[in-house]
Amino acid sequence: MSATLTKNLIEVRDLQVHFAIHGNFRSRLTGRGGGSVKAVDGVSFDLREGEVLGLVGESGSGKTTLGRALLGLVRPTGGGVKLRGEELAGLPERDLRPKRRHLQMIFQDPHASLNPGMTLERALAHPLKIHGLTSGDAETAAKVREVLELVNLSPVEQFASRLPADLSGGQKQRAAIARAIIMGPDLVVADEPVSMLDMSVRAKILELLIDLKERLGLTYVYVTHDLASAKFFCDRVAIMYLGRIVEIGTVEQIFEDPKHPYTQALIRAIPEPDPDKALPRDLPRGEVPDAAAPPLGCAFHPRCPKAFEICGWEGRDLRAILEERWVLAGEEAYNRERPLVGDLSKLGMGHEAFVPAGQDPGDLLALLERIRDEEPDEPLWKGVRELRVEGHGVHVDFHDGIDPELYETDAARAACLLYKPD
Amino acid sequence: MKQPVLSLRDLHIWYGSERGPVRAVDGVSLDLLPGETVGLVGESGCGKSTLGRGVLGLLPDGAGHAGEVSYGGRNILALKPKELAQLRGPDLGMIFQEPMTRLNPLMRISEHFEEVLRIHEPDLSKKQAKARALETLRGMGIPPTRYTQYPHEFSGGMRQRIMIALALVLRPAVVVADEPTTALDVLVEAQILRIIADLRRNFDTALLLITHNLGIVAEACDRVAVMYAGRVVEQGPAYDVTTKPAHPYSRELLRSTISLSTRELHSIPGAPPDLVSPPSACRFHPRCPNAMKVCAEQWPPTVTVGTARRSECWLHATEDIPAGLEAPLEREELAVAEEA
Repeated sequence: MSATLTKNLIEVRDLQVHFAIHGNFRSRLTGRGGGSVKAVDGVSFDLREGEVLGLVGESGSGKTTLGRALLGLVRPTGGGVKLRGEELAGLPERDLRPKRRHLQMIFQDPHASLNPGMTLERALAHPLKIHGLTSGDAETAAKVREVLELVNLSPVEQFASRLPADLSGGQKQRAAIARAIIMGPDLVVADEPVSMLDMSVRAKILELLIDLKERLGLTYVYVTHDLASAKFFCDRVAIMYLGRIVEIGTVEQIFEDPKHPYTQALIRAIPEPDPDKALPRDLPRGEVPDAAAPPLGCAFHPRCPKAFEICGWEGRDLRAILEERWVLAGEEAYNRERPLVGDLSKLGMGHEAFVPAGQDPGDLLALLERIRDEEPDEPLWKGVRELRVEGHGVHVDFHDGIDPELYETDAARAACLLYKPD
Repeated sequence: MKQPVLSLRDLHIWYGSERGPVRAVDGVSLDLLPGETVGLVGESGCGKSTLGRGVLGLLPDGAGHAGEVSYGGRNILALKPKELAQLRGPDLGMIFQEPMTRLNPLMRISEHFEEVLRIHEPDLSKKQAKARALETLRGMGIPPTRYTQYPHEFSGGMRQRIMIALALVLRPAVVVADEPTTALDVLVEAQILRIIADLRRNFDTALLLITHNLGIVAEACDRVAVMYAGRVVEQGPAYDVTTKPAHPYSRELLRSTISLSTRELHSIPGAPPDLVSPPSACRFHPRCPNAMKVCAEQWPPTVTVGTARRSECWLHATEDIPAGLEAPLEREELAVAEEA
């Protein structure tokens, strides 16, 4: 690691962005009660000067919120972001604004991120005027020309007077990049800069970003859901899941020897144009869970093929297993088994669960035990400590879960209990 | 050899604009066999979606058309609106891109299915209808316990599966899926692709899968048609086209796809042409690295290359090129910024 040679441009420590949800009238009125969505939940990393860090995850993983929080576009509710050793979190807008020229963003949708009423010349001159970086119109115009040329929007005379509506998607994104670099920033957060563009243009925009990085000495945070472009573009990659970094390491570590089961699944799920590499049949089930009520223990455990006792099993996982079984088993088994189980919505959070019986609780216990015997590979059953009849139902006692932190492995650091030191 | 369930013959579709007709589909011939999945790929603005909608007779009022879309011996484009409405559902289905906005938020999932089945198959009893719906949903991986829930209670991937189930519950002969996984995440996309790939085995539905992702084609399609500027420039078995593309456009498109095995970036210079005044002769010649003089002057022949594979390019018929026209085309250098 060359950490001693190059300085850290950005240091993020235990950064949190929680959004309050006010579900009902009273909580809206008082601002209390209701839950919160932990969009970013305790994230720490360093960003060295000249580095490209990829933030990769599915929708709802908090990658965009994290990118915005770095720039102060959303206010962190905890933790800190330091730019060259100077704390940004908690600064009032007035003090933050002068810092913004060092921190710029490229947005996902080039069709929506440019003002349709401004010519490129005006749009690019705007930030220069706001920050008072040029002394006079001539200097501003010269700077605008220079930047338009940097992003290859040439001949400049032709493009300077155009409106966004006269540009193609790729050209708009070039203009958006020009606007981000015109103030000579240190850090550029690029939020899915190519995902709205055609395959044939993506490469050109990525090439431009690489070129600008080398010419201007930029540092990038590349937010994306596309692992393939991250592999090409980044030096290091952080895989995010439900507001946390679950694995962080160099591109080689992440792609050649992924450690977290989630990273492994993501890499295998990318459709490849090479038909000899078919998608695997054993993809993780389900989808990203509700961020307002994340799973206990490791957030990935309900979908994880390698989950075991301490991953945080709970009542709702049992419900999901029953539903999955009824999907696969067919109509007859469903009609036979469903009446034995009472109200499924009673299966909620917590390591102790009560399954209400539909008819005789003894039959329900027998059913659950039979399912356990029929599906010995199902990770959930490893987490079940005891099943017993209790009142009019079955009490299920799960092992207590552990919330994993980033553990050292022989490759990248991964937040997975498989790598928890004893 | 099976008879095609749907065949397009020299299909043209154009929209009116102030500058003249926009020829979005410009002479396409394509067959769909029963139970077959055909991928339709190309850049934005190549007419993929217009073709998909044209196949179902879903064109807006201002659109003009010529040629034929024949289904069961009838030309869909010549049908009266009432006849067309009868075909939609039981014969022709569509799966849209945005699952979030296509279900009625005030109707339970059960009501969506009941409505569809009541209208198109009035002879089914309520019990039979429910059994049919549950069976189809089960095939898509939706638990029967959630049959009476509302759309907002489902995640994006589940809603897309429900949409697919709604399209399939009437067992249509032809389904057009317009970028069905574009709005979804990688893992969910892979799950849906698996379902689509399994459809081939479980239903006898022919599927036209519109996508810009060649990875999806390799994964889920039997055959693929590559579209450029309103024309199908190459069609053939998905495996052959994605491993050994014959047409320069297919080859360049494949090379510019960024995948895990990408070592260096590649892109196609320029942008798809303006469809009001497309380039003369071969539409791809201004961007084609193999362009010859003939490509700008004479329409390229459609040549059969290999089994069941056609490509529209002079490269496959070099012996037919008039003397003197096989020299490489001299072009002005494209400005970097003249791109899509």
